[in-house]
Order: sequence, then C-alpha cells, then structure tokens
Amino acid sequence: MPPLAEWYDLRDLGNAVGAFLDWIRDQGAPDWVPYVVSGVIGILAILVWLLLSQLSFIWIERRVIGRMQSRIGPNRVGPRGLLQPIADTIKLFLKEAITNRHADRPLFWAAPILIFLPALTVFAVIPFGSGMSLADLNVGVLFVIAVSSVNTMAVFVAGWASNNKFALLGAMRTVAMLISYELIQVLALLGIAVFAGSMRIGAIVDWQSHFNTWLLFLQPLALVSFIIASSVEIGRSPMDISEAESEIVAGYHTEYSGIKFGFFYTAEYFAGFAISAITVALYLGGWTAWGLEEWVPGWLLFLAKLYLVFFLFVWTRGTLPRLRIDQLMAFAWKFLLPLALVNVLVTGAEVLIWREGDLSAGLALPIFGIVNAALAVALVIGWATFMGHLRPERRAKRAVLTQELGAIYYRRPAGPLGEA
Amino acid sequence: MEDTGSIVAFWLLAALTVGAALGVAAVRDLIRAVVLLITSFLGVAGLYITLSADFVAVAQVLIYAGAISVLILFAIMLTPRASRDNAETFLQAPGLLLAGLVAFTIAFVSLEADWSVVEREGFEETASVIGEALLSKYVLPFEMASVLLLVSMLGAIVLVRPEGTPEEEE
Repeated sequence: MPPLAEWYDLRDLGNAVGAFLDWIRDQGAPDWVPYVVSGVIGILAILVWLLLSQLSFIWIERRVIGRMQSRIGPNRVGPRGLLQPIADTIKLFLKEAITNRHADRPLFWAAPILIFLPALTVFAVIPFGSGMSLADLNVGVLFVIAVSSVNTMAVFVAGWASNNKFALLGAMRTVAMLISYELIQVLALLGIAVFAGSMRIGAIVDWQSHFNTWLLFLQPLALVSFIIASSVEIGRSPMDISEAESEIVAGYHTEYSGIKFGFFYTAEYFAGFAISAITVALYLGGWTAWGLEEWVPGWLLFLAKLYLVFFLFVWTRGTLPRLRIDQLMAFAWKFLLPLALVNVLVTGAEVLIWREGDLSAGLALPIFGIVNAALAVALVIGWATFMGHLRPERRAKRAVLTQELGAIYYRRPAGPLGEA
Repeated sequence: MEDTGSIVAFWLLAALTVGAALGVAAVRDLIRAVVLLITSFLGVAGLYITLSADFVAVAQVLIYAGAISVLILFAIMLTPRASRDNAETFLQAPGLLLAGLVAFTIAFVSLEADWSVVEREGFEETASVIGEALLSKYVLPFEMASVLLLVSMLGAIVLVRPEGTPEEEE
C-alpha cells in the first residue's frame, strides 16, 4: 500500500478519511471501528452531496426550463429565487401527509421508503475518483441494473396501495416501460463489459484511462440507447408518461402528499444523478480527461461531467413533447432493441478481431471508433427508413378516423415493413 | 464464515428470508404476499453475498426481485377474482402435507449428506469463471435452456394471438 499523502491533499478526498482512520487506529480502537466509521463517512458524504445537488438543481432546472419556455421561473424568494428550493422543502415537511381511507395502509407507507432505498444504494458502486467509491464491486455494472430493477416493484406498490385508478394506471404504465427499457439498458452496457473485459466500474474507468479513449467513441449507438432507456427509467420527460399530468393526474404518486411525495420527488432526482454518474463513469471516462486530471482533482472532473449529463436530461425535459405510451413501447421493441442487438454483435466481433489478430491498441481502437460511428449513423437512418419513420409527414394527407380508439389522429401508423 | 460479522449477517439474513417466506403463506392480501416474497428473494441474495458469490447474488436480485416478481404481479392483475384475497382454497390439507414432505426431504438430505469441504481459496471474480464454464463445459445445457425459453416465448405468443392478419390488427 502506497504511503498516504498529506490529509489536506484535496486531489483524493480519501486521504483525509484515511488519515482520520489512522488516527482512530492509533487510539487503540478494535479493528471493526475504522471499518464502520469509513462506511458511515462515505454514506454521509454521498447523502449530503446528493441533497445539496438536488437543492441546487431544483432551482437550476426550474429557471432553465422557464427560460426555455419563455417564462421567468421562480424569482421571488431570495435573490433571483435562489431560496426557492429551501422554501419548497419546508413546505413539503409542513404539509399534511394524507392517507386516503381506502388505501392499503402498510404498503402505502412502505412505498416511499421502498423507492428511496434503491435510488440511494446505487451510489455505493460509483467511483467519484480513483479509488473513491464506497464498494467497487466485481459486478458493479450488473449491480446498478439489478438495484434499479427493484424500483419497478416500489412504483407498483405505490400505485396499488393508493387504491386510485389513475395511480394504478400510472403504475402499470411504469412497469410495462421499465421492463422493456431495462432490456435495452442491459444490452447497451453489455458492449462496455465486452470491451473493458470487466464489470467493475473502477476497472472500466481505468481501461478508458489506459487506452486514452472514452467508450463514448467506441460505443456511440449504445450510449444513445442507454441515455434514452435511462431517461425512461428515471421517469423524466419526454418519457414521463407514467406521471403524465394531462392524462392521469400524477400517475403512481397521485395520492401522495407532503413529505411522502417529497420522497418520490427526491428519489427521482437521486435516480437522475445516479444514471448521470453511471453514464460518466462508463462512457465519458469517469474521473479522467486526457491528462487534465493531473491538474484538477479527479472528483471535480467527475462532478462536472455528471452535472453536464444531468443538464442534458433537464434540456430534453424542457424541449421535447411527451410521447404516447404505445409509441414509447413500439420504439423500445421495434427500434432500439434490434439496433442494440446489432451493436452487441459488432462489438463482440471487434473484440475478437482485436484479440485474435494481435492488433496494437493504437491502430485498432481508432478504426473501431470510426467504424462504429459510421455504423451507428447508417443503422439509425437505415432502420428508420425501413420502418417508415424517417420523414414525418408535415401535412397529413388525410385524417385517419379510427373507430376503435374513437379519436382522430392525423398520421397513419407506420405500416408493416416497407409501406410508409 | 468464521468471523463474527459473517455469522451475524448469516443469522440476520436467514431470519429475514424465512420470516418473509412464512409471511407469504400467512398474509391474505396477494400484493402484500408478493412484496414479502421479494423481501425473501433479497434475503437469499444477501446469503449468496456472505458466500462470496457476488454474480449469483446480483443475478438473483435482477431476475427474481426485478423480473419474476413483475411476472407474478401481471398474473395477479390479469386474474379477475384473485386480485384481493388468497384465502380461498379447498386444498389446505394436501398443501400442508406436501409442504411438510418437502421440508422433511430437504432437512433429511442436508443432515444426512456427506458434505465435502473445498480447501481452495474463493474465486477472485466469479462472473468470468461462470461465463467460461457456461460457454465451454456446460455449453449444451446452456444452449438447450435458451432454445427452450425461446420456444416457450413463441408458444405463448402463438397461443394468445387473436385471429386475423396483422394488417387488420393495426
């Protein structure tokens, strides 16, 4: 074990913690005390950071979306509305948390906690800097997916326990969506594991640092499908149809108020930060940035990238309209899934060529990057043309009256193969 | 499994698993039973972790707690009368008998079997070892399982597919 740097060396926050743990050991504490203390410090640090980030991003998101939609946004509480998140938080704590009479009381209480736990647990495996993760598991990537899949159940419990048809509708939509998009997420991350040869998130960042590349360049198609699938999973617009307020009030948390609603709201933000952090670690090189990490602390780079990715989610929320549930499901199964499968096949073939042909990384990786980028563009355009989605009809040729739906819509559904 | 932490963790997880499993049988509301079943699955995943089987533990959470539970939920939602109560059954006595027999068999086998203890160190990374075993030594059962799953999936689609051509369905 290399000697620890001085505790005030901010390039690795682990130094301060390590010095503190050494001090505890010197006091003659038994072996398990430093172990427990380091865990508690890590958990508290992550929790405090998450809550601070959430408070800041509530304000940023509302202001930015306001600007995008030509409104002002919150500007009354404090200078430029900066204290609005704090006022909101106090409001959430003080409002009555209503439980309706016909709700399933134990499950109604359990749901906010159930949804909060996975959102927080994911952060255990996220490396904020070199060696700065709570538990760098061997199966980190799979752990992330497994933990977020428990979310499905929590959402369903919330919808069911409310005993409200809108809540149940929202929950059913969420379950259907999560099941479909989880598949895409797994297939997208499979390419990462194939390239890096490990599912340990720290090892994947090290791989990117070692070959001086980001997996973003080697897996562009997977990155796009991962981001789309993730924005479905964290329930943000344009994929927030599980809580579409124009259709089903607020989806699965219709009946929740006060701090119980606050739990859902917070869990949604935490999941957003978690997904951004995973995207950064797996696709954007984590705490490395082509030598910049020599000058800037790695964890600052990580956080900067994380906020950029999260800003992407805010941006899409502010600009894109909400999809319809059948469009979203069809998009998963008919569009993203075939592309993700092709991506896995191509990635496997590339790694095989690389290993068997004994190519040097400097030669192989740029070629793979160019091939994959070209392939991604060609596949998206080709498959969209094939499915008849490429050119949306600006002016509908004729209104299609569908008796079954009892509604008019102005665009023929994409026909079976070839017929647009 | 020698140090105190592992032993404490084992007993806590065992109590969680068995307690939740008992709850599944005792609770009348089906959705609560499913929630307890998931708790039990998570407890089993924890037990795998105490055995250093990290890949199996994560797969347990992903498949059982994430996917199988949703399957059960859909089954409950699509069954008209079973949605609120699981108390109606005429098969209590045979069920008890069968459960008792199964419990007896498992207890008997685990007490009587001559368990061999491997002296080797644990694997550094279980995922890659499992992957290589599945694709070399056990490739035939692995492929057969995937074909079986595919066939059952296609069979389910064929069974529930309504009459008529796809064009009319649009």
